Amino acid sequence: MKKLKSFFKGTYLALMLLFLYAPIAVLMVFSFNDSKTMGNWKGFSLRWYEALLSDATLMNALWVTLSVAIISATVATVIGTFAAIGLHSMKKAPRAVVENISQVPVVNPDLVTGISFMMLFAFIGLTGGYTRMLIAHITFNIPYVIFSVLPKLRQSSNSLYEAAMDLGCTPWMALRKVVIPDIMPGIVSGFILAFTMSLDDFVVSWFATDGIQNLSIYIYSIARRGISPKINALSTLMFVAVVTLLLIVNLKSIREERAASIQNKKLTAR
Amino acid sequence: MKRSVFSYPYIVWMVIFILSPMLLIVYYAFSSGGALTFANIRDALSSETYMPVLLRSVIVALEATAICIALGYPIAYLLSKMKKSTASLVSVLFIVPMWMNFLLRTYAWQVILDSSGILNSWLKAFGLEPLHLLYTEGAVMLGTVYNFLPFMILPIYTVLIKLDKSHIEAAQDLGANGATTFFKVVLPLSMPGVISGITMVFIPAITTFAISRLLGGGKYMLYGDLIENQFITLGVNGWNAGSALSFILLVLVVISMVIMRRAEREAGEEGSKLW
Amino acid sequence: MKKLAFLVALVLAIAPLAGCGAAQEGTVTINVLNWGDYIDESLLEQFTEETGIKVNYTPMANNEEMLVKLTATDSIYDVCFPSDYIIEKLIADDMLHELNKENIPNIANIDERFLNLAFDPGNKYSVPYMWGTVGILYNTTMVTEPVKSWDILWDAKYSGQILMYDSIRDTIGVALMKLGYSINTRDEQQILDAEAALIEQKPLVLAYLGDSIKDTMINGGGALAVVYSGDAMWCSDPVEGNGDLAYAVPETGSNLWFDNIVIPKTSKHTAEAEAFINFLCDAEVAKANTEYIGYSTPNAAAFEMLDDSYKNNPTYNPPQEILDKCELYHDLGDFINVYNASWNRIKAG
Repeated sequence: MKKLKSFFKGTYLALMLLFLYAPIAVLMVFSFNDSKTMGNWKGFSLRWYEALLSDATLMNALWVTLSVAIISATVATVIGTFAAIGLHSMKKAPRAVVENISQVPVVNPDLVTGISFMMLFAFIGLTGGYTRMLIAHITFNIPYVIFSVLPKLRQSSNSLYEAAMDLGCTPWMALRKVVIPDIMPGIVSGFILAFTMSLDDFVVSWFATDGIQNLSIYIYSIARRGISPKINALSTLMFVAVVTLLLIVNLKSIREERAASIQNKKLTAR
Repeated sequence: MKRSVFSYPYIVWMVIFILSPMLLIVYYAFSSGGALTFANIRDALSSETYMPVLLRSVIVALEATAICIALGYPIAYLLSKMKKSTASLVSVLFIVPMWMNFLLRTYAWQVILDSSGILNSWLKAFGLEPLHLLYTEGAVMLGTVYNFLPFMILPIYTVLIKLDKSHIEAAQDLGANGATTFFKVVLPLSMPGVISGITMVFIPAITTFAISRLLGGGKYMLYGDLIENQFITLGVNGWNAGSALSFILLVLVVISMVIMRRAEREAGEEGSKLW
Repeated sequence: MKKLAFLVALVLAIAPLAGCGAAQEGTVTINVLNWGDYIDESLLEQFTEETGIKVNYTPMANNEEMLVKLTATDSIYDVCFPSDYIIEKLIADDMLHELNKENIPNIANIDERFLNLAFDPGNKYSVPYMWGTVGILYNTTMVTEPVKSWDILWDAKYSGQILMYDSIRDTIGVALMKLGYSINTRDEQQILDAEAALIEQKPLVLAYLGDSIKDTMINGGGALAVVYSGDAMWCSDPVEGNGDLAYAVPETGSNLWFDNIVIPKTSKHTAEAEAFINFLCDAEVAKANTEYIGYSTPNAAAFEMLDDSYKNNPTYNPPQEILDKCELYHDLGDFINVYNASWNRIKAG
């Protein structure tokens, strides 16, 4: 009875994993197909990878995506960290106002955020496609940084900063030597969050910019034209990159966990 | 020097790039040719084209959310019962697809459902009639569920693993069987996770526009498509109507968030009331 | 802390590189807005090699989207390829740059037939790029009867196998032609009739698509599709496309269209944009382009060099008696809002 139950449980999880992975697996398999149509297999080929790598538009889009993600996440991390530090020592009422407004890009539907940028940029006459995308990404990234850093600030004690000042530090030095190291984990996770948000964005970029394509816009404009095995090849490469990254991160944490549990066992054995 | 000074650069940024764009939407929603008016909102609300689309989007989003709960809750529950090391690995498996670009995930279904695609060529191989799968309402639903399922699993799972095991043990000690324990203890205590899952699925699902375009073949217009249409094909002429539609959407989002928050609080209270 | 310093250093190292993607010292980049798959993209590289001018190519899905992008106060585009009726509107709204013909000597290659048309008398603002008809592409394995009339798109036999354009004028236009009305009608009742016809047709329609109509038809995913003649050429190619596909212009007539190249008034690089237009009018370039995308070229010098398989193909080079029955789209001014409202109801229903 118990075995039957666990069999069903296992089957359910396996089926759900199949549902999630089958489409990706299909894309990957057919990226090696020597034919434009997906229905039938016409032999192994790397031609779509060649086509992909020689596609200048795609390479440009990849470059835009990565550079916007790095720059916007970094700028957002700097502005957001300082904003959080400032907010933390603000009076309750103004702080509540700023925190609530900062929630807007997080809870707003992407569509509305994108449209609002489109109208703003047209209104102020900002034309640079790259600059527009960068500003939009920095803006929706900052709140993620603020809300990762603020909890860390609440955990750390205010007196450290004051003590540093009493010992003759300038506010700047106190910040650099005392406060920032203390909240570093929050800053790092804010940066990572911002970076991934920027990488994955489609809707905001779609409306906010014009004349420049990031990876998402490129994929959309090709997918709209129908099926192209080039996108399969792209999916395969991106999937492999994501899995490798996650494996590295996770193996590390699993190893740490195992080390910790061994430590625990030793402790209890003693 | 006051430390609050550090936040000033951000406050300036916030006013220019968060506050003023929102005010622009409100301004365009409530003005026409420079004069303030309620006409845009009134027209949108009384429109026989727009409101059915909004209704359809809400229904699609509700259905997608319900399916995500039905599929996702058991997954999260089974995961939470696993050994911790296995669970962390398997749960990563459920999150990995979330890291793929959502357009690629949608595109994958385009490939599979296409009339000359994989599914149909298999059907043909078995001597069956090919089916119309792509460009149907079902395809849009499938794409939506597929894209948002991980967002339902994750918050429920997070709440479930934090559940105090002693509550469950206590229930079992008091003689409750598996089903009773689940429905009387685990489910109510995990409600906060379900509710945050709903927020993460329902609101994005209302506003999605690329999924219905790519999988629905332009036949099943959703509210997101409608708003996009106002701005992309009508341009400045569509700003007023488009802003009015966006404003209505924002009101809807705020209302559903208020409901969720209240539900979350009640769920929390109920959970604590039990003990 | 070290990590943060590293990141900042990384960004500082990358930022100037990012800048060069947009504008390099000394070189000009022109922003080109065009339909998807509407140019042989290798020609862009050739142009950059020959002139040193870079091309930033942005695809868009339909004429309306293009009009919005061009007329936005913050428009960035230098070269664009709109259809006749959009050019008419752009000229009326004074949005186009008056071409300096001295920079475009290759305009001499263009066939007289395509110059001095009503939407741009004297070609002050535009140079012909491609032209063609609208018709029905059908799969001869699924449609055995002759395709003579627009009515076949309303035949319940082909339910779920009909593809329509996701484009206001083209789709409402088909319904107007089916009903025997002008495709430029300003009679609200006629548009309501067309709307009713399209709503009646909707259950039979597989999808309203843009460029993906081509792939769907090539893969045998549809029996009938409304397409531009150039797309029909592309699709019915037995090697690249599907030899079972055929193209017909209904006997009652259809839409004849011209896509011309224009430079918006907002362009800051008009000389470079004119160089690009001149490049596209070069006989060899135009020949390569028309062979690649399958659309009919108005370039007489290029046409002369083409294979007989193009010259004698009625899809590529429709006979005069078909053209005589065709009508051009005209700009409708504010009346387009009536079409828009109808279109919204059709799509939302």
